[in-house]
Formats: sequence, structure tokens, C-alpha cells
Amino acid sequence: MSTNHVPQGAGHLRAETATAGAATATAPQPGWSPDQGSKDATFPKALVGVDERLGAAKMMRWGLGKVFPDHWSFLLGEIAMYSMIIALITGTFLTLWFVPSMGHVVYDGSYVPLKGVAMSEAYASTLDISFEVKGGLLIRQLHHWSALFFIVGIAVHAARVFFTGAFRKPREINWVIGVVMSLLACIEGFAGYSLPDDLLSGTGIRAMNGFMMSAPVIGTWMTFFVFGGEFPGESIITRLYIAHVLLIPAILVGLFVAHLILIVLPKHTQYPGPGRTNDNVAGFPVMPVYAAKAGGFFFVVFGITALVSALVQINPVWVFGPYDPTQVTAGSQPDFYMWFSDGALRLLPGWLEFELWGTTWSFNIFLGSLLLLPLVWLILGVYPFVEAWITGDKREHHLLQRPRNAPVRTAVGMAAISMYLVLALACINDILAIKLHLSINDLTILFRVLFFVLPVVVFFVVKRLCLSLQRHDRETVLHGWETGRVVRTEEGRFFEVHAPLDEYTRWSLVEYETPRPLGQLDGAPTDEHGVRRPAGPLTGLRNALSSFYYKDSITAVTPSELAAAHHHGEHEALETPEEAARIDQHGAPVSEAPGDDYYTKGLKAGRHS
Amino acid sequence: MSTHHDNLPATAEPAEDRFTNPGFPPHTPRRSDVDERAARRASVQVVTLFTISALASIAFLVAYYAIDPELKGSIIGIGEVNLFHVVLGLTMGLSLLGIGLGAVHWAKTLMPDEESVEERHTMASAQEDRDAVGRQLSHGWRSTHLNRRSALLGSAGGALGLFALPLVVPVLAGLGPRPRGELYTTNWEAGKRLMIDPSGAPIRAADVTQGSVFHVMPDGFVGAAAHELDPQDMMTSKAKDQVILVKLDPAKIKSQKQRDWGYDGIVAYSKVCTHVGCPVALYEQQTHHLLCPCHQSTFDMTDDCKVIFGPAKRPLPQLPITVDDEGYIVAVDGFREPIGPSFWERKRPGILMEDEG
Repeated sequence: MSTNHVPQGAGHLRAETATAGAATATAPQPGWSPDQGSKDATFPKALVGVDERLGAAKMMRWGLGKVFPDHWSFLLGEIAMYSMIIALITGTFLTLWFVPSMGHVVYDGSYVPLKGVAMSEAYASTLDISFEVKGGLLIRQLHHWSALFFIVGIAVHAARVFFTGAFRKPREINWVIGVVMSLLACIEGFAGYSLPDDLLSGTGIRAMNGFMMSAPVIGTWMTFFVFGGEFPGESIITRLYIAHVLLIPAILVGLFVAHLILIVLPKHTQYPGPGRTNDNVAGFPVMPVYAAKAGGFFFVVFGITALVSALVQINPVWVFGPYDPTQVTAGSQPDFYMWFSDGALRLLPGWLEFELWGTTWSFNIFLGSLLLLPLVWLILGVYPFVEAWITGDKREHHLLQRPRNAPVRTAVGMAAISMYLVLALACINDILAIKLHLSINDLTILFRVLFFVLPVVVFFVVKRLCLSLQRHDRETVLHGWETGRVVRTEEGRFFEVHAPLDEYTRWSLVEYETPRPLGQLDGAPTDEHGVRRPAGPLTGLRNALSSFYYKDSITAVTPSELAAAHHHGEHEALETPEEAARIDQHGAPVSEAPGDDYYTKGLKAGRHS
Repeated sequence: MSTHHDNLPATAEPAEDRFTNPGFPPHTPRRSDVDERAARRASVQVVTLFTISALASIAFLVAYYAIDPELKGSIIGIGEVNLFHVVLGLTMGLSLLGIGLGAVHWAKTLMPDEESVEERHTMASAQEDRDAVGRQLSHGWRSTHLNRRSALLGSAGGALGLFALPLVVPVLAGLGPRPRGELYTTNWEAGKRLMIDPSGAPIRAADVTQGSVFHVMPDGFVGAAAHELDPQDMMTSKAKDQVILVKLDPAKIKSQKQRDWGYDGIVAYSKVCTHVGCPVALYEQQTHHLLCPCHQSTFDMTDDCKVIFGPAKRPLPQLPITVDDEGYIVAVDGFREPIGPSFWERKRPGILMEDEG
């Protein structure tokens, strides 16, 4: 039976004991049984009218029975989803009081330190929400925190999808939708925290003005059109507002619905495990377990957001004061999701600005702002297609991978994250310099170096870690668990007893498959007549990348290897007990681990030569 | 591996030498499945959580009306807080968490915990469907004469391509005035006094002591006079006219131009960073360095404000100054180059102002 085509259904896949039990059950259904419906149950009369008009029964039958696999990492996307809903709810609340205007007023509210200060209506109304509207501050903090959780949720969810290979066919389109959503979420967040028109957010808008001006050719025009003229003008808050409350949320919600539909249609991915195949999905049906868990989790996320909003102050705009273009505070940082871009601006050296035919090209700014954002998201968006091309894999994948079983992808992902983190930390270089008593100049130079060096180091370390974990898995399969029980033989030798794995545990460690480099597929590519096909210009690149990805792969243990390992052990035991004890004690020496036979003997060309 | 199909990537091990899926492991019942007391205990826990939620919701409403919104208190580890806000948040959090944790606990202890299995179906349509769609599209193409009368396609395409322009162009064109000379000019002009911000007092050169630093705005845009201005003009002026004035030891000034444009060691520079436009607000008196807090561009005050560190490229523009008949510091002229961040046409104002000659 090929592993990818285990026939559907639980019954015959289930281990013997369970099937036997289920078949003979005539007594009342046990509590864990998935179907405890009454035999006499009928379709609710109240819904008959709805069904006649909408076919509700068909939809409910399809929807209520849908199965969703259960794993903690699947909750990460739900955090993002629920946080978005919380932000929508609380944001609607805020629109009832917020005045998106840069018109000037003199503050006369209950916050004494700002009494009589001239400010914009946007800032004054934000103060009113914080001080005059009862509970307004709570809603404001809920809104800001949920927005942050939304973006954190997106980030960790995207990392989960990336490192488990969930983006592979047929889910590439949904990955792209998610990538677009994450970019929109960041822009939405930036637009949102710019609205109060306090000193901090005004400084952010001032910087945005500078970014836009740096765009070659169109920068000046674009800036004047977005700001309605010279900085600061009186339009930008109003325009950011309509983008923040209508345009971007509408697109986000639309994409979010599409994202959900594209999760449900091909059914959710699942982690590999005994019984789980590429053709089935095992989990809990919507009615009742998944509905209770997912619905309950919404309240958990909302509840935690409320607790955080109650106890942890965020964006106290009254402390910053109204925006004044002549003022700035030390330690001005954007919200964390914009750190990497602002950090890039701190690291890019001034010599990247140059003049060409009398025109000014500010790549020291353009590169870190207007170019960096689309570039990062473009790379994210095309990754699934690039990896599929490198792998030469056109199959559908519904079983997730453990990150260690895709060592190069995991290492590439971690290297990219390390680059991102360097940029993000560079954005708080002034704070770090103060807290760590370092020179800000040294720190900036260090980050410049780290940006290039750290990803390389991280790549090699993570790749080696993955390979080591894979070898460890192999070792576990071949020699069993270490029991911690040390036995002394009659001759006085000591060895540790290893317990064999049960077949369910073993399956999780051996089910994965390992692609090998494309260049080693069949030798020279030939057409159906055996004539050698000329290699395209990209073939070399593809083969090189494929080799980079898969040349060091470590394959899963096969049954014959396991048999050989057992046989090997017994054989040795007959001839030299010391050898057997040594193997029992330390596991097989690395050079003799069957996985390495592939490479040392070149039998199955697991390694690029 | 001669059997490998185009659709399948080669893997390092042949398909036949693989372990087979052992199938689902037998189900282990939970405690609450086999022990009625455990089930009852779980049920009580769930009910308790829901009850806490209900009580917290009521407590929220009571607090909303009963507590003074101005009430302050202090919490260990947090410090002084608005108690009204904290109580509202805590009760709301409990009300939500009670429901959430209750539902999850209920699902985990009392609802079925044996997984169901569904079969997956490929997303791809059957070949029959694809063929049918192919015929439908072909029918659409031919039955509308598109295959024979190319003018139809061309004109329809042209019309569709253009119809959005009347909607889009007025919106885009109406967004803002096009840039002209604004980026090249400030409110500084010959004879304009440098006034201290925010008081609006003029600065007598003789009164400026060694090492003093002033934040300066042009006469008429600061102090009482500023209240007469249109607020937008005032904000624009603040954004581009801000100047930092420092009195240095003339011997320390390294640039002759800087000395010439200053007066007796007093020099004035635009305070708008040449990187992205933040105010260059941090002046270190010992080193004479000016630091922009936004991205840490550092300018050397003694060397014509050249960039000595950070992402900015150009020095801060200097405002040429002198003193008038009464001994007050005035501008000799406006800035002689655009202040603030770089932009594409910076060195070629003609590109933006060609029609103004």
C-alpha cells in the first residue's frame, strides 16, 4: 500500500482493537463517540421555511459536519482573525467620537496640563475619547492592542504556514492572499496610529513625507498630491482616516473572506501522524466540538486583550502633546511592525544619495522605505512558486512537514527572520545604546555588519540543527528510546537498554519523503525518442538551487534499514558482545548509520557530488 | 527511478521500501468518559466559569455607573492608574474569559474527543467540466462575432480601457496642487529678524554669549504675531522656517564660508533634517554635534554642519545672517538652497517651474 493513497475513511484505517470495539457496540454510545444524535431527531420546524427558500438544510449539513484538525499551531491564525474582528468592533466605536480634521482648536477639556493649548481637532477629539467619554480610554486601548495582536498573529501564523510547508500546492493562492493581507494590515496600522495627530504620530507622518519625496521622478508630485500640497497641509489626517476606516478595512475583510473560503474548500492541512494521509483529514466536526473550541477561543482572545488593555497603557497621546513640526522627542519609534523599515533607514548610509544629470536620487531613503516594503512582500508572495519550481513538485500536499524535514527551507526562513530582526532592532538603536551603555555609532555599525553576516551564520546553524534532529529521529527509529535503565553484563560491562518504538510513534518519524536534487534525476534529459533535450538557460540555475536545497537531505528510515539495523545488532552480538554493547550504548556510530550509507556508497545519490 | 512520472519529483528512497501507515491508534477514553464523578466535576467547573462571566458583566455595568471616572488609585507593580478604566477593563476581560474558557473546557472534557475523518477531494475539475467550459468560451467567442469582426473587440477594448479615466483623473488631479516653488522657498528674506521661539523676542548680537543655543523663527511667524496667522500657514512656517542659532568660538569654525555667513561666531542653520525632515533637535554643547533623534544623522556644527554619521547625505543649509542698525540679528537673505529632505528636482527647479520662466 503506497503511503500517499491510503483509502479514505476511519473505519478500516483504525487499528484492529478500535474497529472491533466499534462494530460490536450496541450499548449506549460512549461519551467520546462522534455521533450521539437521537434516532428520532427531525429537522427543526422553525427552519423548514428557511430551508424551502434557501436550502438551509443542505448548507448546514455540509457546514456542521465539516472536520477541522486540531493543533495548537492552528490557533495562531485564529488569533489574527479574532483580533481583526475586535479591532473592527472597537474601531467602529471610536469613529463615533473621533474628528478626522486638522482644523485648529484650543483645548478646553478635563486634562489640565493641556488646557488652553492650540491643537488639531483630531488630537482634541482623541483626548476627549480618552478623558470625557466614559470607557472611551478602554476602547481606545482595546483598539490599539487588538491591532498589535492582529499583526503579531499574522506574523506567527505566516511563520507556521511557512515552516510547515502549508503554502504548497494547492494553497499557493491563499498564501498570496495572506501576504497581501499582512501588508495591508501594516499599512492599516500605520494609518491608524497616525490619526491622533500627537507629537509622536506627527513625527511619523513627517518621516512618511520624507520617504515619499525620495521616490525618483514622481516623488515630489506624489507627496504634494497625497498631502494636498506642502507639508503638513490640512488634508493628510482626513485622507488617512478614510483609508483607515473604509478603504483598507473593506479590502482586508474581502480578502479575509476569500482566505477562509480557500481554507475550507480544500479542507485544512493536517500534521502527519498515524492514520492521517494526504487524502483524508482527521479532526473535530464543527458541530459541536470545533464550534465550541473556536467560538470559545474568540472570547479568550477578546478577554485577554481586554485584560491587557485594562492594565497596560498604550500610546498615551496626552503625554506627547499636539504635533508641532519644530519639536521631536528622543526615542521616537513607530509601532513594532514598522520597525524594520525605520531601522533600515537608520542603517542605510548617506552615500547612497547621488546626483544624475542634475537630478537627486536618494536611495538612502528610497531603498529603506518605499522600495523595501513592496520588496519584502514580493519575496514572500513568490516563495511558494519558487520552491515548487526548485523542487519540481506538482503534487498536492495536505500533510504538513515538520520544519526539520525541510532543513534548507527552515534555514532560509530563519535567516530571513534574522535579517528582519536586525533591521527591527536597528530601529531602537538609540534606546539600546542608552540601556546598554553603548555608543550609538558603534551599535549602528554593528547592525550594518550583522545585517549581512548574521543570516549566513543563522542559515548554517539552523540547517545543521535540522539535520542533527533528523539524524536523531533516525537513531530513535533504528535503536528505540533510551530507557535510562543501565544493565551490567556478566563480564561487568555496562550498557543502556533501548526500548523499541511502537508503530504509531515510529510512523510519525518515518513518514516524510525527501526530494533529491533535480540535476540527478535521470541523467541527461531526453525526449520520447531518446534524443537529448537541450538544457534551457534556467535549467542550470534550477539545478543549482535544487542542489542547494536537497543535496544534504537525510532520508527517513526504511523498513529494510530497520531490519538491517536489528540484524546488524544481533549479528554483532553473536560474534563480539563488546561491539553489540557499544552499539546499544551509543547507538550506531555515525559513519555506520544506514542513512549515511547512501552518501558514502553513493547508492541512491542522496548527495550532490 | 526509470518509473518516475513527470508529475512526481524524485525522492531519495524508492516508494516500495517505505513503512506503511499503521492507521489511527485506538482511542483512549478520558477520565470524564469513564468516571461519572469526573464528568460531574467538569460540568461544575464549566458552570462556574459561565457564572463568573455573568457576574463580571453585571459588575461592569455597576462599575460604569457607580465609580467616579476620575478616580485614581495605585496598583502594585504598575503605579498610579485610573481605577475606573482598570475596573471596566478587568470586569470586561473576566466576562469574556469566563465564556471563552468555559466553552473550551466544556469541549475538552465533555464533548466527544474522538476525531472524525473526512475524505479530501482534489480541487481540480473533471476533464469533462474543462471540456464543457472550453466549448462555452468558444461559443461565446464565436457567437458574438468576435472571431470575425475584429473592430468589435478593438472598440470594446478601447472603450473599456478609457471609461475609468473620467472617474479617476479628476480624483487624482484634484488631490493636491502640483509642486511648484514651495520646496525652494521659506519665509526667510533679506532683513528679516531672527526671533526666539516661542517668546518672539528679537536677538541682540551683543547679548549672545559663547555657547548659547536658540531655537529661532522668522519675525512675524512666532510669538504674539503668529496668532494673527492662518493656522495652516503657521504650521507650514514651523515645518520649514525653523532655525537653530549657536554662538561658537570663531577659532573653532573650520569653514570660511560658515564664518562669512555668520556674525562674530554666531551661526544659523536650518533645523530640518536633510534626511527625512525631522527637527534636528539634540545639540551637544561639548562636541558641537547636532543629532537628529529620528534616525541619528549627526552634523558637525563647527564644520558647516557636515554629516559625520548616520543616514543623511547633505549638510544642513546655513542661513546667512548679519546685524541691523539696532544690533539685532537679521537674515542677509533666504536660504540659498532648498531645506529639508532631498527630492528628485532639488538641483533643477526648472523641472517644476519651467512655465514660470
